[in-house]
Amino acid sequence: MNIVVCLKQTFDTEAKITLDSTGKIDTNGVNLVMNPYDEFAVEEALKLKEKFGGEVTLISMGGERVQESLRTALAMGCDQAVLVSDPAIDSPDEWVTAEILAKALSQIPYDILLAGRIAVDDGSSQVAIRLADELNIPSVSSILKLEIEGTKAMVTREIDGGTELIEVDLPVMLTAQKGLNVPRYPSMMGIMKAKKKEIKILTLSDLGLSEADIPKKMTIKKYSLPNPRKGGVKVQGEAGDACKELARLLREEAKVI
Amino acid sequence: MNFDLNDDHNMIRKMVRDFAETEVAPGAEERDENEEFPLDLWKKCGELGLAGITFPEEYCGIGADYISYAIAIEELSRVDASLGVTISAHSSLCANPIYKFGTDAQKEKYLTPLATGEKMGAFGLTESLAGSDASGTRTTAVRVGDEYVINGSKIFITNGYYADIYVITAQMDKSKGNRGIAAFILEKGTPGFTFGKKEKKMGIRSSATYELVFEDVHIPAENLLGEEGQGFKIAMTTLDFGRIGIAAQALGIAQGAYEQALKYSKERSQFNQTLSQMPIIQFKLADMAMQIEAARLLVYQACYVADKHEPVSKYSAMAKAFAGDTANMVATEAVQVLGGYGYTRDYPVERMMRDAKITQIYEGTNEIQRVVIAANILKD
Repeated sequence: MNIVVCLKQTFDTEAKITLDSTGKIDTNGVNLVMNPYDEFAVEEALKLKEKFGGEVTLISMGGERVQESLRTALAMGCDQAVLVSDPAIDSPDEWVTAEILAKALSQIPYDILLAGRIAVDDGSSQVAIRLADELNIPSVSSILKLEIEGTKAMVTREIDGGTELIEVDLPVMLTAQKGLNVPRYPSMMGIMKAKKKEIKILTLSDLGLSEADIPKKMTIKKYSLPNPRKGGVKVQGEAGDACKELARLLREEAKVI
Repeated sequence: MNFDLNDDHNMIRKMVRDFAETEVAPGAEERDENEEFPLDLWKKCGELGLAGITFPEEYCGIGADYISYAIAIEELSRVDASLGVTISAHSSLCANPIYKFGTDAQKEKYLTPLATGEKMGAFGLTESLAGSDASGTRTTAVRVGDEYVINGSKIFITNGYYADIYVITAQMDKSKGNRGIAAFILEKGTPGFTFGKKEKKMGIRSSATYELVFEDVHIPAENLLGEEGQGFKIAMTTLDFGRIGIAAQALGIAQGAYEQALKYSKERSQFNQTLSQMPIIQFKLADMAMQIEAARLLVYQACYVADKHEPVSKYSAMAKAFAGDTANMVATEAVQVLGGYGYTRDYPVERMMRDAKITQIYEGTNEIQRVVIAANILKD
């Protein structure tokens, strides 16, 4: 079974977000990690490989530093990686990303595609689904359980207030929700082996693409940081009056009741 | 000159830190309280490859360098120094002498299961009358036919009782002093080999420390490690490398205690300011950070020398003594920063201060380290 995992490198969830002088998010000195939801995708892929054999290929797009996260996934047990990295790809939107990944995937055999259900940085939850659409294969989001029966997958996914069991034909794109599995640690042996595994780096021209072929449809105009948290307000006065004032503030100022 | 760790080292640190924080840290306080040896964590360490980091793949080891080893011990000890010493004693004091002095057959039989973590190792040198001075060894070995017969006892043995394989020293010819000592590989379960007193310790309480008792223990001649009379040299070489593990353990304790103090200092307010805003606390934190950085450089330098296969004795003694002193200074100051809370078992710095003390004592007291350093610098 050939499994492909779409991996994104994101900020460490504990990273402090700041904007640089041009108003863009400053990545300097920030710890970058594998998107935590992608770890579930990697683990599920490795479990499938252990059960059915085959290979797990990672695919990603981004700068040079993405290799660190790919190495981590290779150390967990994935077999090889493809990284599309080209300075010409500047702040791509989700459509551009899906177009490029689809092109890169045209060279790679797959029965199952896995991805995290959301990236913890921009949180768009679009790329995996757009990619499935581009590849003309079905997709199931936010999966909690996966079983393969022949050429079909039985997938349990999370829906509002419950779960849904879906039968779907392979090949299929599945996005992993928290609870699908517990990602393994890369072992010492895995770390040592990972450096001998290939990370193939492709540019747009390697894929037969140019910027002009894939003009982005969406441009981010402005980033703004959340308002800094203000200090609390202490309602003064005699208990009865203070309670009335508190209720008024909660209704009229905070608008929570 | 390049102080950067490579990508492997960074990945190893991240992996061991994740494991340590997720699986080791949560139960550390309870294990300390109950003197509970964590066999489950030992098993997980084996699965992650932490039992055989520096040994070649040929013997199912990882084939990584000493810096990788030190990083792993440091990260485990940052949250639980007991688990740190369990791995260190196993790797440095049992697997390593077998790797360095064992025959191919001994390595095949003993190093392989030790490196995978299937078997746990321990080392028996210290006796009631032979501590810093190994020439006081009273345990005896006598060659009888194709066997050796061992009688005597060893004390303060880390991983005792739980370990499956023991490297021990015994006197074969008292008239020769240190040159009469031989080293042997001994398996748990050999008739006559039993365990005596379990030590109740000040710190590293969830590591096991036992007395080993030998009453007419017959072991096959093939279990002689090295040659007769080579035991003292084997023990000293073993400790030269073992001190890297203890230095890394001490470094981890210091780092853990420092981080606790740093965090607390930013949260705790007195006189309308956080402790971290007070110069007297800032200076304490600065001293801790400075000592830790210096210790880390010495520890990694010792690893670097070991990886180059150059004489490590002076460097590992320096690293062990300095890191051990650092761990004690930092942990004591961390308790001071946390004040009354630091003195209680509600915060881990109390445990860390107790754990730190042993790093100035075992695998050669810090006084002996200075003897080793002096011998090295005066011999030229």
